[in-house]
Amino acid sequence: MRFENVSKGYKHRGQLVTALDDASLEITPGDYVAIVGPSGSGKSTLLLMLGGMLSPSSGRVFLNGRSLYELSPNQRAEVRRQKVGFVFQTFNLVPYLTALENVQIPLYLAELSQVKQRERATGLLARVGLGDRLDHKPTELSVGQQQRVALARVLANDPEIILADEPTGNLDPETSAQILDLLDELNREGRTIVMVTHDPRAASRAKRTLTLKAGRISSTSN
Amino acid sequence: MLGIAVVVSIKNITFYSEKAVALQLDALGANVLVLPKSVTLQDYYSADMQNDEFPEEYVLRLAMSDIQGLDNLSPKLSVPVKLSDRSFTLTGILPKSEFQAKAMWSGAGIFSRPAEGCGTVADVPGAFRPAAKETLVRQRVIEDLSDTEALIGADVAAILNVKEGEGLDVLGRKFSVTAVLPETGTVDDSRIFAHLHAVQELAGKGPVINAIEIVGCCKEISGGLVEKINKLLPDAKVVTVTQVVDTQVKTNGMMTQLSQIFLAIIVLVGGASIANYMYANVFERRREIGTLMALGAGSGLILRMFLLKALILGVAGGIAGYIVGTVLAVTLGPRLAGIVVVPMPMLLIWALGISVLIALIASYLPARRAARLDPCATLQEV
Repeated sequence: MRFENVSKGYKHRGQLVTALDDASLEITPGDYVAIVGPSGSGKSTLLLMLGGMLSPSSGRVFLNGRSLYELSPNQRAEVRRQKVGFVFQTFNLVPYLTALENVQIPLYLAELSQVKQRERATGLLARVGLGDRLDHKPTELSVGQQQRVALARVLANDPEIILADEPTGNLDPETSAQILDLLDELNREGRTIVMVTHDPRAASRAKRTLTLKAGRISSTSN
Repeated sequence: MLGIAVVVSIKNITFYSEKAVALQLDALGANVLVLPKSVTLQDYYSADMQNDEFPEEYVLRLAMSDIQGLDNLSPKLSVPVKLSDRSFTLTGILPKSEFQAKAMWSGAGIFSRPAEGCGTVADVPGAFRPAAKETLVRQRVIEDLSDTEALIGADVAAILNVKEGEGLDVLGRKFSVTAVLPETGTVDDSRIFAHLHAVQELAGKGPVINAIEIVGCCKEISGGLVEKINKLLPDAKVVTVTQVVDTQVKTNGMMTQLSQIFLAIIVLVGGASIANYMYANVFERRREIGTLMALGAGSGLILRMFLLKALILGVAGGIAGYIVGTVLAVTLGPRLAGIVVVPMPMLLIWALGISVLIALIASYLPARRAARLDPCATLQEV
């Protein structure tokens, strides 16, 4: 993944806010990057841009050598479907679907058969320790369990890149540790992980930390 | 759903009330008259006799024409007769069997024309049926009548003391009375009906008639039947029993207008409320939409998702509207219009079609908006 002179500004209450200012960076496959910085410093903007969800005002974002924002929206959706997994602070599970069905969504989008969808989703939920909660709705699960369902969902399409936005933001220290262990494990499998976080303990798990300040990036190795 | 229900019930009741009115109208008899130019409708009904005549050939011209909605043509020639010092009217009529014979002979089967039950008499070939007496009064048509047979009105029978099967001398010819017609309270009661050609011969008038009574279909009458006959028979005058026809046409028109107004209301109000609901739904579910997009859903899928929802809403609304509307029509029909209303499955197809169409059209913009949502905005604001 590569950012090439990326800038992003947006208007907030009539004022132009610069979220990213001429940022360039490179993330190699298998890397584990923590992005830290004060609130409003553009961390989430950076993450969404990496996932092909937010186009830059100027500059280019490359994924596997392809300029993401020169693709059509549907082609970008295809790239996300095949290579990228998002983990959200608020989990973003679909409330009226069961744990199993939530995990099935990416498999459905990848047009797998019903049987295969169930088979794979069941396996993934077992992997995150929720083999006995398949038919529970999100509201019937604890927050830690909800985040694990979200992680199982991320893993459904076997993504090369996992983009996590404050994955432990809503969790108690014990559950946070479980989720971070799981991310470590995924990184050891060779997946690239980019994690936005406020939590120094979470950031310390990463191989390197990018600090964002007023739209500018500085990098430090852990 | 409610709108669909109202229109289904109006349509259902209208259909059966039209049918009921058509039947009533049928019972009243002819509703179109072809008269000589100089005669007014009033003359015809008050005196039932006039000196003006036109050729009998006009009947054939009508019968052979391709004008739709002409059923039961009944040519008449009326002449005054005196029997036992009392004045009666001898009316010559042409039995239906002669039309058939003529038409077939001319190679044009007029009775094979679609008649759609408006003013038609069941076409049973052969001689008199028990119902024939009634038919002459109601339908103005008789199946069969020979040169020496006569039908007499109730007054004639009473005054002359003649019963069915007895003989009656009229203008020197002996007729056998095949039927005494039931009392109608009209000029028909003092009529003696005989074969048209017999009357022409006895009156020494040649092949002429002074009226053609027609039971026309109301729909066709309002659709320019009169003009068509006028064109075909420029030397004759065509009048409709306007009051009867007008009332029916007006009622039909009012009901049609009413359902059109309701249809417009459904389209506007129903469409607007569905669109409003869908916009609200898209707004409520924007986070879900954003999540789906983050998981790799394309805009096409999101669009299809919301249109599918609209389709389901439309189908449900259509079916529910049909059921409620039919129940309304069946229960209210007898009370409001005094008619029996039977459910019409055709209306289900209509209700489904309209409802699905409105739901889909009204939901298209909200669905497209959902498909074009900026996923990042939907994820960031929550």
